Amino acid sequence: MTVLAPARHRGREVAKLVAWRLLVAVPVVVLVAIAVFVLAAVSPFDPIYQYFGAGIFSASGADIANARAQLGLDVPVWEQFERWVGGLLSGDLGQSLSFRQPVATVIAQRLPWTLLLVSVGLLVSVVLSLTAAVVAAWRQGGWVDRAITALGHTLEGLPPFVLALAAIAVFAVAWPVLPVAGLTDAGAPVSFDQVARHIVLPAMVLGLSQTPWLVLHARSSLISALDEDHVLGARARGLPERVVVLRHALPTALLPFVTVLGNRLPELVTGAVLVETVFSWPGIAAAIVTAALAVDFPLLAALTLLTTVAVLAGALIADVAVLLLDPRVSADG
Amino acid sequence: MVELDTRPRSDSPWRSAGRRRPGSVRGTRSLWRGRARLVWGVGGLVALTLAAVLIPWIGGLDEGVIDYTAVRQPPSLAHPFGTDGVGRDVALRAFKGLGISLLVAASCAVIATVIGTLFGAASGLLGGWIDRVLMRFVDGVNAVPHLMLGIVIVALYRGSVLAVIASIGLTHWTTVARVVRSEVLSLRERPFVDAAVSGGASRWRVLRRHLLPAVVPPAVLSAVLILPHAVWHETALSFLGLGLPPHLASIGNILAEGRQAVLLGSWWIVVFPSALLAATTLAVAGIAAWWRDRTLPRRRSELAL
Repeated sequence: MTVLAPARHRGREVAKLVAWRLLVAVPVVVLVAIAVFVLAAVSPFDPIYQYFGAGIFSASGADIANARAQLGLDVPVWEQFERWVGGLLSGDLGQSLSFRQPVATVIAQRLPWTLLLVSVGLLVSVVLSLTAAVVAAWRQGGWVDRAITALGHTLEGLPPFVLALAAIAVFAVAWPVLPVAGLTDAGAPVSFDQVARHIVLPAMVLGLSQTPWLVLHARSSLISALDEDHVLGARARGLPERVVVLRHALPTALLPFVTVLGNRLPELVTGAVLVETVFSWPGIAAAIVTAALAVDFPLLAALTLLTTVAVLAGALIADVAVLLLDPRVSADG
Repeated sequence: MVELDTRPRSDSPWRSAGRRRPGSVRGTRSLWRGRARLVWGVGGLVALTLAAVLIPWIGGLDEGVIDYTAVRQPPSLAHPFGTDGVGRDVALRAFKGLGISLLVAASCAVIATVIGTLFGAASGLLGGWIDRVLMRFVDGVNAVPHLMLGIVIVALYRGSVLAVIASIGLTHWTTVARVVRSEVLSLRERPFVDAAVSGGASRWRVLRRHLLPAVVPPAVLSAVLILPHAVWHETALSFLGLGLPPHLASIGNILAEGRQAVLLGSWWIVVFPSALLAATTLAVAGIAAWWRDRTLPRRRSELAL
């Protein structure tokens, strides 16, 4: 998404990109909402059983009819959809059946913790992958490169929860230094100290699980960057190797890296789901699993829409960043 | 969609400019390394499949046999991978689980490839606004995290293997669709298609006799590349308790059960099944790397599943 334009047009370019993406995002979100609702409508699962649990066997027909009316299940599917969309548009996301709370409250309570975990994880992953990629690309073909590439391919195939279990086995069982579950020690109030200690393992695992793909990608784009004329020019001028790699080749390779990072958001969500579940992190991703296990449709649908919006936003932010970062944009003006 | 790399390609993976570094490979050796990747990849995949079929068969039916006198034993001669929390042999269970996981993954890959090929071929062949709408639809499907969509499908149709297969198949066809579409777009411009059209072949005949056969190799390859991803997803879903029913010893179910065992220090219950999973992915990664080197280097981003 490299756009060559004079610097004074940059703001306009960004605005155009944002407007266009928003325009595309609307049908995508609507499509996802309809798809989720249709899936639920044709599903053989009746939410009334979840509401009553084992009590369904002793409940009278009138009770069930009452609960149905209360949950809004007594009207045809398209009317349920109408109500649900109406609620969405007016900010009412419905009632979560598994948390017995409004969906908006569940999200508001849990979203900050997920954002914290994901941003620390992303930071870990970016630092790790850039370092490894620079070393691997610089010594391309050497044993370090081959070790990093092989390790990258191996880690790529291991789901994050395997890494999580390995981390638990090492840092909590064999050498008990770090806590493995929750946000704080049992009963302890939330404090910076507590959270900082508890976030280490989940964030490291999340970061590490995202690293292989980024390393392999950054390595290959750095290798092609090292092949370009300006790098050859820098070498010809006799600049030190460190300057050539870090100041001349790396910035060129970083542009595709930003795009990849933005497009990597779905995998980050996936990783967060697994990591939060293993480490009992009270975030939104773990709530996805709770909602799914309890077939809590209002929460599940809201979270699906939320992740979709997050993914679209991630791609958009990455593209805007590339537009702003690309030196060719200002060099032209 | 796909930019063809028109730069001349050298046999060496090394950059043409700049200095050569010690330990670099040149000429035929790098070619051999590329081929070795393919041999190792295909060989590894075949070996793993055979092991998954043969080992439970030779070992008898006792992968589910519970033996409370041999609970959580470390690896030994009688139990090469040790035993789990209720005394079942981890090796038998792991290979049996790999078989189940591979079977589920292969079904997913077939579904995804069929959907993706039809979609991609339609999009590439019809072109125009249909192509644009179809491709935006692909973007839309990609905008939902795969696991998320899978979780929604599985949650609403719980407890059936079919739901797991459908949920993975329905989320992984987009890469195949893209590959097939770009293949069809380039094939459309080839002389043999022109010849067929000027020879009076109908659009349907051109598609059936000329385009689809040419699309088969990349489609089959994308199916193979989907395999580790499908295994990965099945494992993740099973681990979350949303996947295969617990009595099917898939890798994901084994690992989910191994969660408590890890806290008790029984690392072997998790390590060996995970190693099988990693070996499968590595084998496929070898095939993928070989193919990438052989064909279009620029397609890498698209096929990096």
